[in-house]
Amino acid sequence: MSDPGSAAAPADWPLYEVFIRSRSGLEHKHVGSLHAADARMAVEHARDVYTRRQEGVSIWVVRSADIVASDPADADALFEPARDKVYRHPTFYAIPDEVKNL
Amino acid sequence: MSGGAVAPVQGERALGEALCRYVLRLADTSLVLGQRLGEWVGHGPALEEDLGLANLALDLIGQARLLLTYAGEVEGKGRDEDALAYLRDAPEFLNLQLAEQPNGDFAQTIVRQWLIDCWQLEIYADLAGSSDGRLAAIAAKAVKETRYHHRFSSGWLARLGDGTAESRARTRAALDSLWRFTAELFAADEVDERMTAAGIAAPLAPAAERWRARVATDLDAATLALPPPPQYPWHGRRGVHTEHLGHLLGEMQHLQRAYPGVRW
Repeated sequence: MSDPGSAAAPADWPLYEVFIRSRSGLEHKHVGSLHAADARMAVEHARDVYTRRQEGVSIWVVRSADIVASDPADADALFEPARDKVYRHPTFYAIPDEVKNL
Repeated sequence: MSGGAVAPVQGERALGEALCRYVLRLADTSLVLGQRLGEWVGHGPALEEDLGLANLALDLIGQARLLLTYAGEVEGKGRDEDALAYLRDAPEFLNLQLAEQPNGDFAQTIVRQWLIDCWQLEIYADLAGSSDGRLAAIAAKAVKETRYHHRFSSGWLARLGDGTAESRARTRAALDSLWRFTAELFAADEVDERMTAAGIAAPLAPAAERWRARVATDLDAATLALPPPPQYPWHGRRGVHTEHLGHLLGEMQHLQRAYPGVRW
């Protein structure tokens, strides 16, 4: 039997980010993260943890360490300039009812 | 099934009884293995494995429900899935003895799972083409689930067998202790022969060949040696069991035995 109370993944299992495509034609969306020993196990874990209720038809996993992220300290420089440019929102287009998922 | 004008009723009754036993064997193996896996819930080596094992258990119990319901209908004595699961004693259970073996450590659970996954893959693949439409439909659903189970268990077998010195030693020990129970996997008896003659089940010999080949391939990937064929037959499918089944049923059936007909 396992050590009682040790439900945490082994410390040497790297973290993976999980992306699920919920239906054909839609994009993969980030749903969470998990630990796994390698990529194959990460896909299986993602299947077992994140698609138990028919959430998806496709899974992507990527090592969290391989993600290059923006620095929160740069947020002002990166995102502030867009704040006063509301005209960039294409609000003047009428979207037909038939168009979903836009 | 004999459609001849002089088909004796007795012959049909015998076929029905054999079919009921045949279906119960499949059902009980899934049910007992599912119950065993359920014992891991909350104790898995990692949260992800905990959920993974529970998923396997739920697939197996789902198969057992479909099969038990069908066995009860074939039997024709008004027993439903619950009556068959909760109100039979150990000698009436017809599961493989392999399925009832204790969880042991993670390696033992994985080796047991993998051996049965390989067995179910062949049995369900053949049954999907059965002349019995009900069994064919259940098997077609189950074989998809089993493909994932095998992917899970063979993946772990390779990791553990080809892993650290300790994981390798534990996996070899599990293989050594469980291998003897594989003797009954494809040992055809009169029930199997009747099913084969009726076109309900495929002959077991070709399935046994395929099972052996897959097992050899998986063991090779795990850098483990294929053990020699087991010497002595075991008879779980005839209702002969190791002492472990009684304890398992005691836990599984406790609620229905203590409070007959209880619902929630």
